[in-house]
Amino acid sequence: MYAYDEIDRTLINERVSEFRDQVKRRLSGELTEDEFKMLRLQNGVYLQLHAYMFRVAIPYGTLSSRQLRRLAHVARKYDRGYGHFTTRQNIQFNWIKLAELPDALADLAEVGIHAMQTSGNNTRNVTSDQWAGVAPGEVEDPRIWAEILRQYTTLHPEFSFLPRKFKFAISASPHDRAAIKIHDIGLRLHKNDKGETGFEVLVGGGLGRTPFIAKTIKPFVHGRDLLSYVEAIMRVYNQYGRRDNIYKARIKILVHELGIEKFAAEVEEEWQQMRDGALKLDDDVVEDIRARFFYPNYEKLPHMSDELRKAAQDQRFEAWRRNSVFMHKVQGYAIVTLSLKPVGGPPGDATADQMDALADIADKYSFGEIRVGHEQNLALPHVARRDLPALWKALDKIGLATPNVNLISDIIACPGLDYCSLANARSIPIAQELTRRFANHDTANLIGRLHINISGCINACGHHHVGHIGILGVEKNGEEFYQITIGGRADENAELGTLIGPSVKFEEVADVVEDIVEAYLALRATPDELFIDTVKRLGIEPFRERVYATR
Amino acid sequence: MPLVKGGNIADDAFVHLADDAELPDAGDVLVSAARFLHDPEALLRRPGKVGVTWPNSRDVDDLVPYLGRLGTVALVFPTFRDGRAYSQARLLRERFSYRGELRATGQVLRDQFVFMLRAGFDAFEVKKQNDAEAFTQTVKRYSVFYQPTGDGRLTALHRRMQLRHSESAGL
Amino acid sequence: MTSPLEQKKIRIAGPSIVTANRTWDGAVIYRTAQQGWSAELSDAVIVRSNDEARALLAESVADDLGAVGAYIAPVEITEGGTVEPGNLREQIRRSGVTIGLPVQA
Repeated sequence: MYAYDEIDRTLINERVSEFRDQVKRRLSGELTEDEFKMLRLQNGVYLQLHAYMFRVAIPYGTLSSRQLRRLAHVARKYDRGYGHFTTRQNIQFNWIKLAELPDALADLAEVGIHAMQTSGNNTRNVTSDQWAGVAPGEVEDPRIWAEILRQYTTLHPEFSFLPRKFKFAISASPHDRAAIKIHDIGLRLHKNDKGETGFEVLVGGGLGRTPFIAKTIKPFVHGRDLLSYVEAIMRVYNQYGRRDNIYKARIKILVHELGIEKFAAEVEEEWQQMRDGALKLDDDVVEDIRARFFYPNYEKLPHMSDELRKAAQDQRFEAWRRNSVFMHKVQGYAIVTLSLKPVGGPPGDATADQMDALADIADKYSFGEIRVGHEQNLALPHVARRDLPALWKALDKIGLATPNVNLISDIIACPGLDYCSLANARSIPIAQELTRRFANHDTANLIGRLHINISGCINACGHHHVGHIGILGVEKNGEEFYQITIGGRADENAELGTLIGPSVKFEEVADVVEDIVEAYLALRATPDELFIDTVKRLGIEPFRERVYATR
Repeated sequence: MPLVKGGNIADDAFVHLADDAELPDAGDVLVSAARFLHDPEALLRRPGKVGVTWPNSRDVDDLVPYLGRLGTVALVFPTFRDGRAYSQARLLRERFSYRGELRATGQVLRDQFVFMLRAGFDAFEVKKQNDAEAFTQTVKRYSVFYQPTGDGRLTALHRRMQLRHSESAGL
Repeated sequence: MTSPLEQKKIRIAGPSIVTANRTWDGAVIYRTAQQGWSAELSDAVIVRSNDEARALLAESVADDLGAVGAYIAPVEITEGGTVEPGNLREQIRRSGVTIGLPVQA
């Protein structure tokens, strides 16, 4: 956990004052909506169907229990008692009043939470692996660098009015849990032959209307050059990114139109002129940031314990443990994923009561720390294995122990037409129905790892392009239809899914998914062959045939 | 449109000259890039200063040879949301060491003053009178800055290092 | 439900209204015949031609203080004469989300 100091807190408070003044001037008429809109977006405030939506930043997905309690407070005081965790590790409140926002922001500022740049044509939340700092095999904690980037990009005077939004992600493990290849800048932390820390820098990833997988622009940028190199990329983008058409304004389009070689050359030319300037990161500056990250005092614990042995008799506990508990880099500890995908529930939501209860649980079992994953689940990063049975009981009581992590009912979905003014169709009811169809845990386990992603429109906030099964809502003659893709993936082998056929009606989507699953179960080479691998092996034809045979 | 310089509303010495308008014999003039580049020496020779309004869609490279002799460089924000002039400003100040007046024009609003100052602007053709009057107050909004620009302000990273050193030195 | 934020040409397909969100709290509102706003759909003034729609929208958009994001939306008039939302998007805006809100345990 990064500890905010006086300096960080001062900035957040100054920002709150500024926004309070801006809201006042908007409500008095001194600022027109045209002048105000970008200012409110830069504080995370969208206009949605029913109300304003408020997107609060959770930098690289790390929260303290104190902060989680404050989020619960905001949900209760200013909203309707719940929040939604997003695919970029942020949290959203859907019913907030503009006039009350400055107060909500002030309440959040007290615990070091802000909403700076969670929207707008600027740099957004720097996301990372929700297992950062505790994953076995991690090169080093990517959050140190995510924090360095966060500070560098916050209220950057040159880059606050870019052609379009700009998203960073950083991963430090062989398995990419941060989906770096679908970000504007993706960073893969690794060490060179001399053991020095650096980054493979990728650019131009992104979904939406024109999805692209990011391309490598430089295989190794030394840690000390990270900020200057990023500044070079951003300066090229700020100057040459298209501003005539919002659908062609992301950096992915610039990279595509120039070609990666030419783009890399432009960046290199700029970088050579400033790489030794003020952005060069000294070791002691990096160490200062690193020193401000708190790591628990782990006990020396055995892998097995009496509590665990006893609890193994309980089938429900065992089902949860096998599904939701993951290896920790320290023996005797575990990383626990908390599913926010209950059967019949909207994916990624948590009530204020759940948040408060979870904060207490985190204090007791996870050194007061909680993580938010881009798959819209939460995690407790430091759980002693001997505490797992007690933890499970506590989680089960508050509905955070559904053992469906990474399974078919662990669905990623955008808010869709129920909330979002950009949407063509609803996504949440589709997700809810799918969790009901696949509620049986034995069935879900039989199917194995299968990621379904649902987006209510082409903006792809549900990341449907990179779902094993992707579902995209479209509109035909005033009715909700859905296009189905299969074969996408978001990890280090990132790929875009392929459309299997014409769009289907709202009522048919769950049936189609069942057909796809039936085809997979019939066709898989072994019970261990994952859905995504069967698709890779056989292509989409057999699935297309199965789905459209009777449609 | 009030001009703010040195934190105060000031008279503008420069006459904005349209491309087809006659060049006055004396006095300071602000001309378009096209007009300037057509015959820069003629403009630079005349009594009175010359300033150039440089479009935000063009690299500043072609202006660089003349920087030492210009009375002002005006950069453009066609809408406040078009941030290309911030990059141009920083390049002029930090890469090409331009020391003369650097003017923000276009849709120049209160809520961008701090960004503009940090990028190197020191003169502002402010759209609204009350924004101009609020200039000094507005630029005091922030005391913490995370990233270095040419404005010389100490960044948070370095301020922390300073504090650490003074702590360990027992000060 | 293709986002009406993408409306460029004003061409209505039937009786229509202008709707927006209230500036200070974001609540759904409808343009009335008295050049005001109401949270009730039944108070909305109905336009039936492209010209009328254009004029109503222009006048609504001019009220930058009272409302944000005004656009033209279709309505259905029932046999009994009541005004109903003309598509799913407007139904959702009037009645709320179609899914249950998360319930406190």
